[in-house]
Amino acid sequence: MSWLINSSIGRKFIMALSGLTLVLFLLFHMSMNLVSIISIDAYEQICEFLGTNWYAVAGTVALAGLFLIHICYAIVLTLRNRKARGNDQYASSNLSDVPWSSKNMFVLGLAILVFLLVHLYDFWFKMMFAELFHMHDIVVLPEQVGNHMLVVFANPIKVALYLIGIVAIWFHLSHGIWSMCQSSGLNGRTWLPRLKCVANIVSTIVCIGFAIVPLYFFAKSLLCTSCM
Amino acid sequence: MDKTINITLKVWRQRGPKEKGAFETYKLDGISTESSFLEMLDILNETLINKGQEPVVFDHDCREGICGMCSLYINGHPHGPDEDITTCQLHMRKFKDGETITIEPWRSAGFPVIRDLMVDRTAFDQIIQAGGYTSINAGGAQDANAIPIPKEDADEAMDSASCIGCGACVAACKNGSAMLFLSAKVSQLALLPQGRVEAAKRAKSMVAKMDELGFGNCTNTGACEVECPKNVSISNIARLNREFLKAKFRD
Repeated sequence: MSWLINSSIGRKFIMALSGLTLVLFLLFHMSMNLVSIISIDAYEQICEFLGTNWYAVAGTVALAGLFLIHICYAIVLTLRNRKARGNDQYASSNLSDVPWSSKNMFVLGLAILVFLLVHLYDFWFKMMFAELFHMHDIVVLPEQVGNHMLVVFANPIKVALYLIGIVAIWFHLSHGIWSMCQSSGLNGRTWLPRLKCVANIVSTIVCIGFAIVPLYFFAKSLLCTSCM
Repeated sequence: MDKTINITLKVWRQRGPKEKGAFETYKLDGISTESSFLEMLDILNETLINKGQEPVVFDHDCREGICGMCSLYINGHPHGPDEDITTCQLHMRKFKDGETITIEPWRSAGFPVIRDLMVDRTAFDQIIQAGGYTSINAGGAQDANAIPIPKEDADEAMDSASCIGCGACVAACKNGSAMLFLSAKVSQLALLPQGRVEAAKRAKSMVAKMDELGFGNCTNTGACEVECPKNVSISNIARLNREFLKAKFRD
């Protein structure tokens, strides 16, 4: 199976597969988040379920592995592609009419990575990591999640940061979702425009679903400062 | 009505593959808008020769858009600002009076510059030699109805076969990838029963050759499709990916 590393299409196939699993994870994460708006109690139960149990920890490690594969391949592909472009750059800038996101997937990926680190520090580090390593001073237990979200999203700068991250995800997905079908050979003349449309719909659903939560908790923190 | 324009040219001059190149600026007055782009370059070269200077080297052959010899990256577009044509079919009426026109060679690690605007595109020949053919002895011409082929397949194979191998896809691609060229050459055969016999072997060996020659990895930007003078679709790239992955998983 060395062709998965050595051939250009093999590398793209790995990118597509890891991308697909990450999209599925995003869909799950988004559905889970939306529960917090409907019922905080139910959400805290989900957090309990996905807390420091062995299967949740194993899942987290697997997910981190997927992210690493996706990022490592992105770096390798970008470096190889820069080399293939040659040493002399064009003097006149490329005016080909193509979607902006398709040319900036790596930059968008970096923006998402920064957002991911901020997000991991805000929640995962204080919930799973702190509990696993018994850091009692910062730990947020599952039954405190509702309050913790209110505290985090009461900060308008945090909310703005989250929204920027979510917009970056929209651009990344709007190219990534149809692109992974193209790289794995699923596209045809009929399905190419359809999948581009599906990509836009899915990325919009994901991003609206994600954006609602910080906005909801920001509004809630404004409305009842007494809950803080 | 013969209208004329005055233009400024910024042309890439490079004496050899190993030497450093630079832009030279030339002024040309009274160029007829009826003339073609390459005729304009002929006029430039004539004035350069008359002045005792070295003419600009550029590729061209049939001058009717079918041979794939002409190249040139003009004002940020391979084959110039007009759509679905090659450089030799581009006319000076597409440019304004007083305009500065930047002319560069294809730039890609796979296409090293030979001189000025001429690049070495033998990499494409090597990719074709790696498997872009059928090695079946066809024998005498048989009855046209002997092998039924659906009209859609025949049409799509013909569309893929319209690729003239000029390299504009590589020139336009930010990754210097040759996937549109390769996918057209694989598709024109993969769609027809005669080409199916060797389809798996063809996809594997042509992709291996492309990677070996230092072309980039496709990231589905789609600039190749936009700039292709023959409108070859990137759905061919999906077909190539499919053929390649199928062949590899069968191994």
